[in-house]
Amino acid sequence: MAGVLTDREQASGSVGATAPGGAPWGSGSRGDTPAPGRRPGRSGRSGGAGRGMSRMRRNDLFWAAVFILPTLLGLVVFYLWPVVRTLLISFTETGPFGGSEFVGLANYGALFGDARLWETMLNTLKFTVVALLGIPVALVVAALLSTEGLRGVRIYRVLYFLPVVTMPAAVGLIWRTLYNGDVGVINALLGLVGVEGTNWLSNPATALYAIAAVGIWLSLGTQIVIFLAAIQGVPKDLYEAAALDGAGRIRQFWSITLPQISPSVFFISVLAVIGALQTFDLIFVMTGPTNPAYPQTETIVAQFYQRGFVENQQGYAAAIALVILVVIVAVTALQFRLQKKWVHYV
Amino acid sequence: MRRTSTLAATAVLTPLLVLGLAACGQSTGGATADAQPESGPVTISYGIWDKNQMPAMQKIADEFHAANPNVTVKIQVTPFKQYFTTLQTAAAGGGAPDVFWMNGPNVKLYAANQQLLPLDQTISRAKLDLAKYPEALVDLYTYDGKRYGIPKDFDTIGVWYNKALFDAKKLAYPKDDWTWADFQSAARTLTDKTKGVYGAAAPVEDQAGFYDTIPSAGGQVIDAAGTKSGFDSPEALQGIEFWTSLVKDGASPTVQQMTDTSPGDMFKAGKVAMYWNGSWAAVEYNGVPELKDAVNVAPVPAGPKGQVSVIHGLGNVIYAKTKHQDAAQKFVGFLGGERAAQIQADAGAVIPAYEGTQEAWVRAMPQFNLKAYVDEVATAVPYPASKNTKAWTTLQTDLLTKVWNGEVDAATGLKDLATQMNAALAKEK
Repeated sequence: MAGVLTDREQASGSVGATAPGGAPWGSGSRGDTPAPGRRPGRSGRSGGAGRGMSRMRRNDLFWAAVFILPTLLGLVVFYLWPVVRTLLISFTETGPFGGSEFVGLANYGALFGDARLWETMLNTLKFTVVALLGIPVALVVAALLSTEGLRGVRIYRVLYFLPVVTMPAAVGLIWRTLYNGDVGVINALLGLVGVEGTNWLSNPATALYAIAAVGIWLSLGTQIVIFLAAIQGVPKDLYEAAALDGAGRIRQFWSITLPQISPSVFFISVLAVIGALQTFDLIFVMTGPTNPAYPQTETIVAQFYQRGFVENQQGYAAAIALVILVVIVAVTALQFRLQKKWVHYV
Repeated sequence: MRRTSTLAATAVLTPLLVLGLAACGQSTGGATADAQPESGPVTISYGIWDKNQMPAMQKIADEFHAANPNVTVKIQVTPFKQYFTTLQTAAAGGGAPDVFWMNGPNVKLYAANQQLLPLDQTISRAKLDLAKYPEALVDLYTYDGKRYGIPKDFDTIGVWYNKALFDAKKLAYPKDDWTWADFQSAARTLTDKTKGVYGAAAPVEDQAGFYDTIPSAGGQVIDAAGTKSGFDSPEALQGIEFWTSLVKDGASPTVQQMTDTSPGDMFKAGKVAMYWNGSWAAVEYNGVPELKDAVNVAPVPAGPKGQVSVIHGLGNVIYAKTKHQDAAQKFVGFLGGERAAQIQADAGAVIPAYEGTQEAWVRAMPQFNLKAYVDEVATAVPYPASKNTKAWTTLQTDLLTKVWNGEVDAATGLKDLATQMNAALAKEK
């Protein structure tokens, strides 16, 4: 940590006076911010529902219900009902074409003794940690793209966003050829500088990271767009004041931009974790059971698919799905607890 | 905080999508009432997975329509990789195609779960003679004494070779009566590291691989009743080591290389001299101008117990819950007849199962030694299958990949595989 701090100090030190001590980012602006939460705007509204308004209010409610209904219906039919079904199926042994037998908690009991399942869980967690590394990358790119007077910003934005609107399956196929050990572009480029590449996707030591890199590349566009919007929302006078105090661009990024957009960073990190925990399409396209690196890359959702749709153990697969849900909810809850320590709501 | 809790709700709802997948598909059924002829025009759907065969299938459908103007057949192609997942979901929801292609690993699963219509009535109405198809295939589509599929075509395995690579090493082309020893020595002679050429490709491949070499060594993958694994026999070990020794000696690309670039593509690119492939490959190689005259095929080499290829074939089946049973029966009857077989033979896509129509297929691509495939039928063994074949083929891929890769030695790996496979088979009952 100390080394990192020094680097930052050096980077910003060139401008001259370093604002509030040598404290890490965020702590400087934390003092300026009023206590988080409790915005005054909210409580003022509730007084509006007085007695005289009741007919209008009822009318409002009716129309609100009409507008919500289609979404609600979709939510119930496509989300809530399947969840309930999955819960029910997880207590049964269900045949490939339906027809089920109640087995109580047997599927859940079997989960604990299933070594493969825990391996895939570990793979998924590794994958998630690597996927989070994409966030700093997106932040830096967004900060660079929001540099004033930068030429061709739109072109860069389109370029970074392109992968988001491309089908993951197509992306996976293209990257497979790029990663190819014998004829891939990546190894050809490495060869130019005298480095001998490997079979990136079938070498158990590299496959997971190679796939995670593609995952990062795929999600970079969305993250950058959200960060760009957040950065544009930071009041300009903060930067002006900081500049007057002699803060350079990098100092401004750490002490103003980052704390100001921390809610967006939090939002993105929640989405990124959930996305990574559910990784399936890239694994499905870029590796497969005949890949010698498959044991090191198979994610828990891939294992769920394998059990439920290949091996016809739908009850067991449903139990896996619920475990995935619980893990995701737990991790997300943990993130929400931790955010109190570093996210600033202005 | 309020804004974040909305975010949280959205975020937490996303994973539910996964759960949605799990809940697809329920309900059983399978009424087998007598087919009532329908008045008025009907359209039936025909599910297939190979777009190479689309022209022939369309021609069959058109001729059938000409003979039965009331029935129109609509062909639905689903790529093989998704075919059975899609089919299973559709069948569970009551919406599978009226008539569709079935294969060996899946037929018992569908038959045992009442998804297929028993075909006795179809056979008697169309006056089909089951003796006209290879016996191993008729048996493949029989479950509990009932016929569930009419053999459509068959495939056996042969060894394709690149003539130029043989010429470069002044090696004679494989003969019809060659042996394992001939193959192994040719593979080593043909390997040329400086040119990046491998003598053979030894992927972790069942049908065009160890499903042939294990019976050639006198072993079996699964016993005839489909209840016991044969992987723990010395013969099976011999059949596996046939392949692993090639990888170990560098006469074949490594598993990693073959994962990155499929061995089939390496063969087509002239980087692999000999490649085991099914009879279905002929039409593909015939269609590539650079390959058409550059490659040829030999039968599988004879092992300790002689020349043995695995035989597999597709069957045409009728969905148990079809709403157009009469039309579907008529169509399957037509598909099982000599005329439909003839159309397939002329198209050259596959070897038709109907006796006597194979000649046209052999003649369709005269530059290839296709007779090798047809002659192998006499000694061929049926494709290994049980009620839930997928449960143990998954184990097979998992464990054998480790053996190929050298993580586990072959004898230990095969013993493990047999134990786990027997456990999976025990669950089928």
